[in-house]
Amino acid sequence: MEPILAVEDLEVYYKSIYGDVKSVDGVSFSVNPREIFGIAGESGCGKSTLVEGVLRVIATPGYIKTGKILYKNTDLLSLGDEELRKLRWRELSYIPQGSMNSLNPVLRVEEQMVDAITSHSDIPKEEAREMAIARLKEVGLPVEVARMYPHELSGGMKQRVIIGTAILLKPSLVVADEPVTALDVVVQKGVLQSIANLRDNYGIAVIFVAHDLAAHAEIVDRLAIMYAGKIAEIGSVYSTFEDPLHPYTKLLVAAIPSIEKEVVEGIPGLAPSPLNWPPGCRFHPRCPHAMPICSTEEPPLEEVRKDRYVACHLYR
Amino acid sequence: MEQSLLELTNVTKDYAIGGGLGLTEKRSIRAVDNVSFTISGGKPTIMALVGESGSGKSTLARIILGLLKPTSGEILYQGKDVRRWIKDDRMGYRRNVQVIFQDPYGIYNPFYRVERVLFKAVKKFRLASTRSEAQNMVIDSMRAMGLRPEDLLGRYPHQISGGERQRLMLVRILLMKPKLVVADEPVSMIDVSLRSIFLNNLQNLKDRIDMSCIYITHDLNIAHYIADDIVILCHGRIVETGETKPAVRDPLHPYTQALVSAIPIPDPKKRWKDTVEIEEVTFKELQAARRLCIYCHRCPYVMPICKEEIPPLTEVKPGRNVACFLYPQVLEAAKSS
Repeated sequence: MEPILAVEDLEVYYKSIYGDVKSVDGVSFSVNPREIFGIAGESGCGKSTLVEGVLRVIATPGYIKTGKILYKNTDLLSLGDEELRKLRWRELSYIPQGSMNSLNPVLRVEEQMVDAITSHSDIPKEEAREMAIARLKEVGLPVEVARMYPHELSGGMKQRVIIGTAILLKPSLVVADEPVTALDVVVQKGVLQSIANLRDNYGIAVIFVAHDLAAHAEIVDRLAIMYAGKIAEIGSVYSTFEDPLHPYTKLLVAAIPSIEKEVVEGIPGLAPSPLNWPPGCRFHPRCPHAMPICSTEEPPLEEVRKDRYVACHLYR
Repeated sequence: MEQSLLELTNVTKDYAIGGGLGLTEKRSIRAVDNVSFTISGGKPTIMALVGESGSGKSTLARIILGLLKPTSGEILYQGKDVRRWIKDDRMGYRRNVQVIFQDPYGIYNPFYRVERVLFKAVKKFRLASTRSEAQNMVIDSMRAMGLRPEDLLGRYPHQISGGERQRLMLVRILLMKPKLVVADEPVSMIDVSLRSIFLNNLQNLKDRIDMSCIYITHDLNIAHYIADDIVILCHGRIVETGETKPAVRDPLHPYTQALVSAIPIPDPKKRWKDTVEIEEVTFKELQAARRLCIYCHRCPYVMPICKEEIPPLTEVKPGRNVACFLYPQVLEAAKSS
């Protein structure tokens, strides 16, 4: 299957007074059509920077150093701003972190949605209004929501409005950054199901970024685990949970408190700072299986079993 | 009978909203609705207070800490009213009832080194008589919590992680040795890999210094992991109480059932089979529900009686209390009262 998005060796840096910070350091992955691709990792590991880089919305002092971002075989990095703008919303949509709090408080929901349509297509206003209402229904909201103001909506409803807005022009890929963080469990369940519906009912591919592995377990098809600006492991969500390969993934899966577990252990030590990544494998200072080679040589991400990619010397 | 550590009786808190400039209608929102529970003075226990956002969890925490005055009801700490405690012996109360807040950033002054929160406590409560004694106490307590003093002392708040900042709060608790700790979502802002370390520390602390804890959270996974007893709040009212493990494995109240079934299980083989509909409760409905079952507008099993009166919290199984008319014991209790 031809992937819809292929990211190759992407490096995203931030300029700082301490020199350039490698926040995302040589990341490669691909997303297939009609799949939910999950990206998990702890805070500061570069998840958000990665997706901002992929969509080229990274703001100064951040910048993309090198890499390729092939969307349907077009390198997004080679496009001019206007060309890229044409792809946005129609082909690629982005749900930034916390975007449910950035709805315009003085506009009705439908006006904001119509705005998005008319500024990214030639669709006339009346038709745009009908499209907006149709999308609201598709994400499970009552039609009345269209005439409401954001303050009249609950968190879960706002998040669904955002999802509905993202799919207004039926893009092929939606990137959602932490869309369920800070929602109550029952509401979170509803929003996760709306995201799963994008794939199941509309065939949209989704990049789903979340720190919560339990949320990934519910809806994701393939999962990438990030650690310290790199991908530690990529594989199907089933095999990753059943038989995690990278020591970090193993510890991370064991660290989730769950009503089905009696004991959970944390991971000793701290995530390193992007200003000072450890040499060799970046996990080696915390890794229970660290070997001498781990502190000198950086393990590349390699396919060690069918469709399972791991960056670890244990499997080389 | 043994004296209870903390006893809440019919605690209610209303917040007034609106009325500004006489332009909007003045009304009040009930954040905590007739809440009663007891933490016994015997064995130290961790009690989880679980509810969604807006269920009154944090308001209740503030009331227990004496930071907020309830509209009505009584809170007794060791048999004496909390407001009274604060009036007569504020330091004594503060020493015995400690708090851990949600935000591991807000508690530290960015201009001072992190250990200041520890030394201030030692000084203020006269825990040590000399400087070197204080130093030793702090170092020993940090070691006991699995922290390395050589890595942390002398650092500024921005130089250490959120997990470490929260664990320093536990060090402070170990120094103070309070009888009761109110922890308001202490791990919601720290990473998964560090969460369990904090939770295991807290658990150890309970037995080590014989302290009870009210653990406030919206996360049933965490409540299940850490708490002995659980209290489920729905829009400020208690709908279910009992031992945590049976209550989460076999929830009795339809609201608790909805909460439990919405917990994402970290196992892709156990995905949800059912779907949830969003049902919003309007302010009016909620206002009306103050005289009815609080969950009656969303409950899938709603019966006529649910929209007539308040189901009293009643014991339906040994040690399990629920406020729901689905259970005959509750119906009986309503009739007899």
